[in-house]
Amino acid sequence: MQAPGGALPRWVDIGLIPLLNLTAAFVCSGLVVVAVGENPFKAMVILVQGAFGYPDLIGWTLYYATNFIFTGLAVAVAFHAGLFNIGGEGQAYLGGLGAGLVCLYLGPHLPAPVIIPLAILAAAAFGAAWAAIPGWLQAYRDSHIVITTIMFNFIAAALMTYLLVNVLIKPGQQSPESREFAMSGWIPQVHEVLGWIGIKMPASPLNLAFLLALLACVAFQLFLWRSRWGYALRVVGHNETAARYAGISPKRMIVLAMLLSGGFAGLVAVNELMGVQHRILLNFTGGYGFVGIAVALIGRNRPVGIVLAAILFGALYQGGSELSFEMPNVKRELVVVIQGLVILFCGALEQQFRGRLAAWFNRAKG
Amino acid sequence: MSAGDAGASPAAVPLVELVGIEKRFGAVRANHDVSMQIAAGSIHGVIGENGAGKSTLMSILYGYYTADAGEIRIDGQAVAIRSSQDAIRAGIGMVHQHFMLVDTFTVLENVCLGVEGGFRLGEGMARARETLAALERDYKLEVPLDAVVGDLAVGIQQRVEILKALYRGARILILDEPTGVLTPQEADHLFRILKSLRDEGKTVILITHKLREIMDVTDRVTVMRQGAVVAERRTTDTSRQELAELMVGRKVLLRVEKEAAKPGPQMLMVSNLSVVDEAGIARVKNVSFAVHAGEIVGIAGVSGNGQSELLEALTGMRPATSGHIGLRGEDVTARLAAGAADFRKLRAAHVPEDRHRMGLVKPMAAHESYILGYQDDPAYNGSILNRLGQIVQRCLKAMTGFDVRPPNPHLRSAAFSGGNQQKLVLAREFERDPDFLVVGQPTRGVDIGAIEFIHRRLIELRDQGKAILLVSVELDEILSLSDRIIVMFDGHIVGECLPAQATERRLGLMMAGVADVEAA
Repeated sequence: MQAPGGALPRWVDIGLIPLLNLTAAFVCSGLVVVAVGENPFKAMVILVQGAFGYPDLIGWTLYYATNFIFTGLAVAVAFHAGLFNIGGEGQAYLGGLGAGLVCLYLGPHLPAPVIIPLAILAAAAFGAAWAAIPGWLQAYRDSHIVITTIMFNFIAAALMTYLLVNVLIKPGQQSPESREFAMSGWIPQVHEVLGWIGIKMPASPLNLAFLLALLACVAFQLFLWRSRWGYALRVVGHNETAARYAGISPKRMIVLAMLLSGGFAGLVAVNELMGVQHRILLNFTGGYGFVGIAVALIGRNRPVGIVLAAILFGALYQGGSELSFEMPNVKRELVVVIQGLVILFCGALEQQFRGRLAAWFNRAKG
Repeated sequence: MSAGDAGASPAAVPLVELVGIEKRFGAVRANHDVSMQIAAGSIHGVIGENGAGKSTLMSILYGYYTADAGEIRIDGQAVAIRSSQDAIRAGIGMVHQHFMLVDTFTVLENVCLGVEGGFRLGEGMARARETLAALERDYKLEVPLDAVVGDLAVGIQQRVEILKALYRGARILILDEPTGVLTPQEADHLFRILKSLRDEGKTVILITHKLREIMDVTDRVTVMRQGAVVAERRTTDTSRQELAELMVGRKVLLRVEKEAAKPGPQMLMVSNLSVVDEAGIARVKNVSFAVHAGEIVGIAGVSGNGQSELLEALTGMRPATSGHIGLRGEDVTARLAAGAADFRKLRAAHVPEDRHRMGLVKPMAAHESYILGYQDDPAYNGSILNRLGQIVQRCLKAMTGFDVRPPNPHLRSAAFSGGNQQKLVLAREFERDPDFLVVGQPTRGVDIGAIEFIHRRLIELRDQGKAILLVSVELDEILSLSDRIIVMFDGHIVGECLPAQATERRLGLMMAGVADVEAA
């Protein structure tokens, strides 16, 4: 009802409109590419080929997408409870501490089938705990969650820098990184797994955390739409008064939503540290937490949308770096501009074509 | 504005003429071949059930929608009204059901909003003040120009809306359900204002579903049903009964037929209850009363006099600050303070006053709204996942039983009309076979056909021996359903009487805070 122009067929709403928005974003990006004196069509080809042209490039794209799925789910689950969690970055960072501590200190003594689930749980638990504090402050102390989660990003960064420089740093080394995890804490990469069954694939950082991300999507869907807690959480998000009427405690649901949100964000560490880096290092979260906001927005807070949006951003990350490598005039910053345009058109200007389309469809119907 | 003033005889060109208006929303035909003539200097009523298309028609006249076909003529000239600016230019003003006022601005600032007249605010304001003083004098619209709107009573805020329209040069004034929020006395005052507007040559279009208002104040009345005009009458030539039948399309019972109550043992006992709201303001002050099994106790009062907070305290939504609530002789004050989940465990049900804010969750599917409050019921839940099939099936059954249309559990709750939303809420609360029901505004925004249905169900429940506490701002409803009436004003109970001894005047005075003079 709130959407301008009235109801549209479902395929237009979830198919055509996002496609139009994306096209508009790419047309604008093309103009920017022209402005720096490159051929936009060539740039587009490089971008797409760089993201999907070869199996290893697809691997890179999906590896990025894995992070975005986790952070996108994190933002979305909070959003369903009416909360805007901007702290995904810090929660992912703390998730790294959880996974890292398990891998560093228990890894050498226990086998992979024990360590990996334990480390995954620790990543989620640390992320959840870091998100629960702003959640608690919002629920019981009325501190606005947007403000507190932003502040907690800074606190997380400071804490991790301190720990990495002073405590976890590998002895006898300058750069602030922990020592390498024991092998039992490594999540197998996809090309290795395929190698075991005799399929050859060039190396890429894509690892089995991608499956964990898809599993998280299924869990997300079932939790929100098929469990009583998910129901209660959504009621709180839509209408707090109705929640109180129904005997649901909004405060508890706010804390629960933030726990889950932080838990999803924390899982970034599984992909990034256990899957690829095999150590804790400074700023490994690289802004994934913030991109998660755009992913959730474009994916409309639904798992399928989030996966698609995450792959889109994964492709932009991967194809974008190929682009800046192939075209000297297209700098890394310009790729960020293109990402910004995608967010602008698919997020902020999401409804721009809707009114006209609706008018057109109504006329077509007579 | 000369043409309208000149044509005084009824044979002259009508001021407003709607010809063959058509409007569709998808598959729904909101207006079908609607034609209507409204004479200058008259009060014209448009009556119909919710969803009869009267609001759509007025939205077309005021430029919110454009008609798919048909013509609007003003003074005999066809005009194109594509926006509310066009409507204002054509001399049409609208007073909305929900006021469009900025609470923190003064009356003067609100009236000038959007027509400040020039860059320098002071000048325009001074001019406005003069014009408004003249308008107030002419139409007996006493309004304190420098008061902050949020501090004014609802009836006065409505006058500000009328003033706003007049200030913009309106000669045709549309009022959409104007008395929903007023006391009987305030409504009478509004009608006096409308009559003086008419006597000064303005034309008033009154949209309402209340028959009394049509009979009291209008000159002519158009009845709409299912998007079309079904009749037009001179008010003096028709009766409430005829209009009601025209609206619904069949015979309706205006009074609820019921036998005398046979009160059983005491169910609810409230003693010295006080409730404070979030802002720390006392809303319910030392209230005591009882409800017995097999009776309906009605709480009358102008909305905002503590009824809502009383209901919230009784249903576990808001803790009481002092006093006690007893149910079946057991003190449940502490249990209720823990939340509404415990209230339901006490075999009690709550039909909330405001179904949009509490009764259902509008963006959710009907079957999801149907389990609101009962989401933890073991019948709905497996060990991890809920039993979706079971929920949908039970919702469908309830929808059929309560004639909710369309009976589609997957439709968004917001997509149902007000009456059907309310029936869904009632189905959910009644079906649990509670002993004690708290019912707030059961028929607010519900059409006549559904009102009859809801009233009958409430009487049935009473006759089965349930204790019912009814809160309503509709005096008619309180009078026809209650076995005892309690009147609240400013958080206190100011009086109690039997419906047989209650007149609208007596209740109205109590609702305005005048102590009961005819105490029984």
